[in-house]
Amino acid sequence: MAEPRADHLYRAEGLTRRYRNGGRDVLALDAVDLSLDRGHRLGIVGESGSGKSTLVRLLAGLDHPSAGRVWFEGTEITDLPEKRLGFLRASVQMVFQDPRSSLNPRMRVSDIITEPLRSRLVRRQLTDRVDQQRRLAEVLAAVDLPADAGGRYPHEFSGGQRQRIAIARALAPDPEVLIADEPVSALDVSVRAQVLNLLTDLVAARGLTLIVVSHDLMVVRHLCDQLAVMRQGRIIERGATSSVYADPQTGYTRALLEAVPRIRAEGR
Amino acid sequence: MKRAQLIAGLVLVALVVVTAVVSLFWTPFDPIRVVPGQRLLGPGWPHLLGTDGFGIDIASRLMVGARTVLAVGIISVGLAAVFGVPLGMLAGQTGGWVDEVVMRAGDVVYAFPALLLAILLASVFGASTVTAMVAIGVASIPAFARVARAGTLQVMASDFVLAARSSGTSRWGIARRHVLPNIAPVVGVQASVGFALAILAEAALSYLGLATPRPTPTWGNMLRDAQQFLFAAPLQALWPGLAIALAVLGFNLLGDGLRDYLDPRLREVP
Repeated sequence: MAEPRADHLYRAEGLTRRYRNGGRDVLALDAVDLSLDRGHRLGIVGESGSGKSTLVRLLAGLDHPSAGRVWFEGTEITDLPEKRLGFLRASVQMVFQDPRSSLNPRMRVSDIITEPLRSRLVRRQLTDRVDQQRRLAEVLAAVDLPADAGGRYPHEFSGGQRQRIAIARALAPDPEVLIADEPVSALDVSVRAQVLNLLTDLVAARGLTLIVVSHDLMVVRHLCDQLAVMRQGRIIERGATSSVYADPQTGYTRALLEAVPRIRAEGR
Repeated sequence: MKRAQLIAGLVLVALVVVTAVVSLFWTPFDPIRVVPGQRLLGPGWPHLLGTDGFGIDIASRLMVGARTVLAVGIISVGLAAVFGVPLGMLAGQTGGWVDEVVMRAGDVVYAFPALLLAILLASVFGASTVTAMVAIGVASIPAFARVARAGTLQVMASDFVLAARSSGTSRWGIARRHVLPNIAPVVGVQASVGFALAILAEAALSYLGLATPRPTPTWGNMLRDAQQFLFAAPLQALWPGLAIALAVLGFNLLGDGLRDYLDPRLREVP
């Protein structure tokens, strides 16, 4: 098997993940191959149970595959012990679906956001000492939260603001890759667009590589230039967002695209 | 209603605490010295609750007994929490065989009767308040470990722990900053309920002569003393029994009240 070229930011080969669920084997991920280059914005879509979240957790080094290998920046991370994953922890940050569950209710916002900076693993990776207070102020400004938000607790904020806090935390160590797992599906429809626009702006301004998991094709179309469609633990279609939209290759993708409700201008 | 429960519990617990503190400085009569001339007096003046078989003022002995109750409760619950909570967190955070070993060891302790442990300790070291504290404390470790483990499992499944892991936060950092603050409420509830159980257990051990010996008054050994005069002076058994019942009730109400107060799902919408 050829070593991956170093210019792929991410590369995965034959990635498989089985779970044991009540004595029954569940194949969440079935021999997935994937590569992603720096600066791209990849959307992973599929129905629930298609393995999208499992895939990104493996990419983020939060879970171990049953089989297959993952490289990040040319280094294999598949079976690396936690204490040697510092480069991954500093470069890859996650935003989760529901900020009510992804923010510790008993921590102040300032402590939540600076948590990545306080981990020894990440600190060792940063070239110069980070002034935590300055970084806090900087990322709070970047996500349009008031500068005094740091002293408060998550429950004092609205859902949209909480997701901004989660995004600020992800930005704190100045990562290269942002992985967002259903970043807006727990939010009110009225604030989804704001958070999506914020993500778009941040990715563009900071030159981030973005991986977005969503069941919502509108979200992916808005954020991503590349698309991977997953079904039953496999990637069944992969390509530029525009070409997949224009000319879906599988019946499943076509069905997915047709299931998106469209607003028609009839009767106006 | 829930609030009333919490307040009733707080009042009863406060009553025990205040009584114990006051007894350090003042009791109506000497709680130790035998006065042969005034045995088994009924309730009246100046002995509000009467005197026992040694002519000692029962009210004074009850007050001093509250001290023992609190001391045994605090030390045994503290002992159980100090060992049980970290063990439960370890089991919950690590999982796998560590979890199995810790929790099965807990089951063994749980299955071993606390009374037997108390008898064992009393026969080796001589019955004292300390042997009772240790016996009750050790017997309560599994309960704390279970509560801590259940809470830990719940916290570990949350996305904020996943976020902490993806930021490279160490296991220790996750335990300290995420798990412990979030399981503190349930551990507090367990402490309150455990306190009630400890009071009951201490009373039982004192009654059997396996804890604090005479002449130091405890509610349990007062009950034991009263037993031989049950027909001559039945009220004498009532007072320590009532004290035990009210203190146990108080800590149980406090525990239940706290549980409801701290659980947002059960909290009444204002």
